[in-house]
Amino acid sequence: MEFALSHEQTLLGESVRSFLRDHCPIEAVRAQAATGTGCEEGLWRGLLDLGVQGLLVPERHGGTGLGLLEAAVVAQALGGAAAPVPFLCSVAMAPLALLRSGSAAQQDRWLPRIAGGEARIAMGFVGYVGGRGGAALSLDRDRLSGAAEAVLDAGAPTHFLVYLPDGRAAILGAGDAGVSVALRRTLDGTRPLAEVAFDGVEAEVLEAAADPRAAALQVLDAGRVVLAADTLGAAQAMLDRAVAWAKQRVQFGRVIGSFQGVKHMCADMATMLEPCHAFVWHAAYAQDTRSAEARLMACHAKAHLDEVGREVARMATEVHGGMGFTDLSGLHYWLKRIGFNRQVLGGPERCREEAAALQGWTA
Amino acid sequence: MDLNFSEKHRAFQAEVREFIRRHGPASPKTGGGRKRPDRKTLDWQRLLIEHGYAGRTIPREYGGYGAAPDVLEAAIIAEEFGRANVHPGIMNQGISMLVPTLLEVGTREQCERWVRPTIRGEIIWCQGYSEPEAGSDLASVRTRAVVEDGHFVVNGHKIWTSSAHYADMMFLLCRTEPDKPKHEGLSYLLLSMRTPGIEVRPLRTMTGRAEFNEVFFTDVRVPLDQIVMGRGHGWHVANITLKHERMGIGDAGKLTHRLQRLVELLRATKVDGVPLIAAAEFRSRLLRLQGEVLAWRAHNLRLLTDQARGEDPGLRRLIVKYGGTVLGHRLSALAVDALGAEGLTALSQGEDAQDDDAANWNNDYLYDIGLLIGGGTSNIQRNIIGERGLGLPREPRVPGTGGRGA
Ligand SMILES: Cc1cc2nc3c(=O)[nH]c(=O)nc-3n(C[C@H](O)[C@H](O)[C@H](O)COP(=O)(O)OP(=O)(O)OC[C@H]3O[C@@H](n4cnc5c(N)ncnc54)[C@H](O)[C@@H]3O)c2cc1C
Repeated sequence: MEFALSHEQTLLGESVRSFLRDHCPIEAVRAQAATGTGCEEGLWRGLLDLGVQGLLVPERHGGTGLGLLEAAVVAQALGGAAAPVPFLCSVAMAPLALLRSGSAAQQDRWLPRIAGGEARIAMGFVGYVGGRGGAALSLDRDRLSGAAEAVLDAGAPTHFLVYLPDGRAAILGAGDAGVSVALRRTLDGTRPLAEVAFDGVEAEVLEAAADPRAAALQVLDAGRVVLAADTLGAAQAMLDRAVAWAKQRVQFGRVIGSFQGVKHMCADMATMLEPCHAFVWHAAYAQDTRSAEARLMACHAKAHLDEVGREVARMATEVHGGMGFTDLSGLHYWLKRIGFNRQVLGGPERCREEAAALQGWTA
Repeated sequence: MDLNFSEKHRAFQAEVREFIRRHGPASPKTGGGRKRPDRKTLDWQRLLIEHGYAGRTIPREYGGYGAAPDVLEAAIIAEEFGRANVHPGIMNQGISMLVPTLLEVGTREQCERWVRPTIRGEIIWCQGYSEPEAGSDLASVRTRAVVEDGHFVVNGHKIWTSSAHYADMMFLLCRTEPDKPKHEGLSYLLLSMRTPGIEVRPLRTMTGRAEFNEVFFTDVRVPLDQIVMGRGHGWHVANITLKHERMGIGDAGKLTHRLQRLVELLRATKVDGVPLIAAAEFRSRLLRLQGEVLAWRAHNLRLLTDQARGEDPGLRRLIVKYGGTVLGHRLSALAVDALGAEGLTALSQGEDAQDDDAANWNNDYLYDIGLLIGGGTSNIQRNIIGERGLGLPREPRVPGTGGRGA
């Protein structure tokens, strides 16, 4: 038994981090926030060179066939740089959707295109995390009608993949006739959300899973773990900045980190956040090994990181004083990223309710 | 990451289960550790050591089982014993704090002399650190020892000394080099509580029990060889002991076990016909705590791996005492709320009684507040996390002062 990242996993995280250090400075994030497609093309290509898009694609389909743990390691690095790339859907959830629910032929067709970065798949779930009234989908044989809300990674997609409440999923081209997209800018300017309407659009239906709803939930859970990892990276970046700032900013003739009020805020953040590293690994590993606790861990990891992320984001900003509140410092990009992650694929209240139901803790 | 059991570990697990099946019925009741072990517990402890379920990695020549360290084996033992609710062996300050300290920096003779009877539960130790004027600022202790005709002669006053009223021995932090700077003037002595000149006065705590004491020293003579490391090295040794104390106090395994008990309590308790686990406010508090316990459980697995690799986890270790005790108190607070007004009447029947669950929760709820303070308060832990873990600067010193664990 060993509870630690392997050498390869550590290197993977390190290589993505080092790439992002060079290519995703805060100016790039700011520029992306101004245009807001959620996909910085230069970063997308650079990640392709690192093999990121093929992470979850089996080797026979041109990928590296790694697991969600590796995806979480990368997501953490992306969150740490607030990197605007459609990793969550295109790289993490879409290949899993095909692996869980696609036929062999569908996998042959789609997975190499995902690994090659050609297919950028935006995703939506209808009937999973509590609708707000606007979404409903129906399939008439292979014709998709209706609308999906809060579709993720929808700024510059080549395709949409939407889950129906029964666990089937439909893939179709983003530019197909009958598809209309209302792209909404979000508080996290680097990532939009979309409402997508389908008017009898011909789609490819993924329906090879023995238990379609369970397969869909596995994909949703994987997404939750990826979001938790992203929040972890973002929160760690904020804590690191707060600590660095506390060592350098002088008031009353002392660096502020020598004041106990500031020191204890930093200690509180570290005490909350440090165990989250192990928790995210554990949750990702549970998905990879299909442990009996997999669903429970995904729900709790998402909810817990949402809560810790919010606290760290607030406190790290406070440690910076007025500077933390400025656009110039750029801190708010991480704060908003954490805020975005919290609300999508089920907020913490929703995730905990699912955890309760899983354990029979309901009336 | 590999949380699978190898063939060897599966076999080991089967062995532990077989042991529990055969011997479990002879186990003393779990819990209630804050008193001198009775005959039944001492016999049980010897059986555990013989089979390697206690003192597992302690060398044979010192009375242990002598197994190579293997964190997964340790985790299997803890888990199987916990699940079967079988007594996991004696835990006290001697076993969890002094023994690892001696193994780390004691002499061979000291290990040979003290480790065996301590792990068997035959010698009970207490920790003589705090004084009325030296709590958080531990390095300012004033109890002094001077060398006179082949002995240290100790005079002074300790306070909050847990278990001193029944302990056989004390590990004592005292000043032997009054001319040296504060941290360099200390020594760490081992002494018998039966030495003439020691007076123990129990202090009743908020739990209603006398868990700790005042200890007065008047010309107490301690043989010169009963010092760990040398004169002036007491601060270093005391901090090794504190490291083990803090890891033990914040232990995530205890949190997991406590969460399980809490879930059982909320399932079993019905208010207006509804089990509390299905009552929205209680369930939501429970769920938040469960998420946090899962995070600490994973953290604990990571620490075990650090330990197996012989790496010092630094910050990861420094957060354990503070994080673990705060969460522990929130768990018992939810239990107390679940017990409600009726729980208020669940009083302990005294130190030697087998209390019911409700009384145990009440006692934990109170004792957990003590744990926030003992072993270095939450504020002191946050200083340590900030300074040693995150590299933040110390507060400017007032000349001639310092801090615990500084
Ligand atoms: C249940 C229990 C068991 C104990 N068992 C033992 C034992 O077996 N042996 C032993 O030697 N001791 C024992 N202690 C004593 C314990 O170690 C001390 O109580 C503790 O270190 C605090 O010291 P103090 O009580 O003098 O409080 P003080 O040091 O006076 O602290 C009072 C308050 O001031 C705060 N404070 C002090 N200094 C600072 C600072 N620099 N920065 C910020 N805040 C500060 C503290 O956090 C605390 O909130 C035990 C205590 C308890 C509660």
